[in-house]
Amino acid sequence: MPQHSGRTGGRAFPTTRRSVVEATRDENADVRRAAFEALVSAYWRSVYSHLRMKWRAQPADAEDLAQEFFARAMARGFFDAYDPERARFRTFLRTCLDRFATNARRNERRLKRGGGTAALPLDFAGAERDLAASGAGAAPETESDAWFDREWVRGLFAEAVEALRAECAGTPRAIRFQVFERHDLAQAETPRPSYRALGEELGLPVTQVTNHLAWARRELRRLLLERLRALSGSDAEFRAEAEDLFGVRIP
Amino acid sequence: MTLPEDALAHLQRVLQTAEPPGDRYTLQEPVGQGGMGTVYRAFDRALGRDVAIKVLRGDVADAEAAVRLEREARILARLEHPGIVPVHDVGVLADGRVFYVMKLVRGRRLQEFARSASRSDVLRVVLRVCETVGFAHAHGVVHRDLKPSNIMVGAFGEVLVLDWGIARVVGIGRAAAGDGAGNGPPPPPVGGLTSVTSAGDAATGPAPDPVTAPGTVLGTPGFMAPEQAQGQPGLADARTDVYGLGAILRAVVAGEPGGQSAPRPLAAIWARALSADPTARYPSAADLGADITRFLDAQPVTAYREPFHERAGRVFRKYETAIILVLTYLAVRLLFLAMRGF
Repeated sequence: MPQHSGRTGGRAFPTTRRSVVEATRDENADVRRAAFEALVSAYWRSVYSHLRMKWRAQPADAEDLAQEFFARAMARGFFDAYDPERARFRTFLRTCLDRFATNARRNERRLKRGGGTAALPLDFAGAERDLAASGAGAAPETESDAWFDREWVRGLFAEAVEALRAECAGTPRAIRFQVFERHDLAQAETPRPSYRALGEELGLPVTQVTNHLAWARRELRRLLLERLRALSGSDAEFRAEAEDLFGVRIP
Repeated sequence: MTLPEDALAHLQRVLQTAEPPGDRYTLQEPVGQGGMGTVYRAFDRALGRDVAIKVLRGDVADAEAAVRLEREARILARLEHPGIVPVHDVGVLADGRVFYVMKLVRGRRLQEFARSASRSDVLRVVLRVCETVGFAHAHGVVHRDLKPSNIMVGAFGEVLVLDWGIARVVGIGRAAAGDGAGNGPPPPPVGGLTSVTSAGDAATGPAPDPVTAPGTVLGTPGFMAPEQAQGQPGLADARTDVYGLGAILRAVVAGEPGGQSAPRPLAAIWARALSADPTARYPSAADLGADITRFLDAQPVTAYREPFHERAGRVFRKYETAIILVLTYLAVRLLFLAMRGF
């Protein structure tokens, strides 16, 4: 699996169930910064691909614009105006981004790389590779909003998987993650093994393989829901997002 | 890290898979999907056996569907019969979806079985289906979605009627008329069943369906009785299932509707079961089954008035060996007498 040079979602994400969207308005600067980092972690990939897809920005420009967007969002409180009654936070953020990109174009402003803001350690090269591999370049501009959502989902899952990896590393649960990684994270070039083949490879009975997989999936689901709840602006939004992602309703 | 497209798609798919609460059941692969639920193979750790778990599908997981699945579990639990899959457990997943645990059945669907079986074997299977459905009727339950794909024929000849998801409780069944301690009377003999509908109509009329609103059409085109297709759930009774049984009979014996190769008495049996007017159908699944039994035994069926030559042919086929022996004896005897005379 490709390694990245940027942040890991598991460490960046607050463990509280409080909404990070809400926490971006907290009086405490540290709380605001932590919440903001969590938002960046969850959305930078969507923002980058949106700038590349919808605004047809060159990779270097898209990187600069993404960095600048997050920096300004925090400095000027872009997200303070968010009203959970009117839209999902994801939609609101995309609207903010479009407004930001429109202004940047109107002012014919080319941002110098890294100019004026401290660069966030984001793996833009990896995101660019993913965009190329997914054939996004050939997709029509009208699908760019869908790409924004898709990349958001990808980022959410990637962070949760990293959190699961970190949770299992160095503990007896490492074998569980190993089973999960070999089976559920198998890529096209390495076909997904059968339960039996995986059991033989790892020296486990088939029932143990399925037990480990079931545990890892359950834990991944919990981590995903935890992140989803924190990234949602309201309980209603959380339920709607969960339904979209998992096809189920949260009681 | 980055997640490739195929890994992401796989994760999203498996995370939509249900997770039963606790550690008792380990879900494995899906083994079937219906209009309302997905059936998974699962391992029951407590009892060390494979089971099947039916879970409400995520895309239809509304309150009405949840009520339906729960009702299905309760109906199945109420109908203890070799032709009905036993239910072991019922519950709610962490995400709020209803599920129930049942015996894992293996076998072939009826249409697949019919492709390689003799006509008489297929008729015996349909007969078993009639018995099972008749049993359900005696307990006040109408299936309402009888079709070949809902019939499973097991490796050892067991016949199971599946998918009671849109079943309707139509009246006071015998189970409800038990001893008050939850012990219903033993199943009645199949041949002597009285139509549930008749009993219901005589007593209180058709009971209201708490789930299906008027105007809702539930069932499968081609196997659905006209009164069911009209979206009048209140009209569905035992004769609605008789129609479904007739459609099954026609489909598996004659192939597609309109098949011409079946014997006339057999075609008459399904024609009567498929009457548009419910009162012209067999009054019960048991009556339909009795006619199929008569056909298998080469006896006259009630649905068909056979002309003399057909009756003679049927009698001849039934007693062919005996008739040939008698005729041979008479011929030899005549020959002997003739030789003595000359």
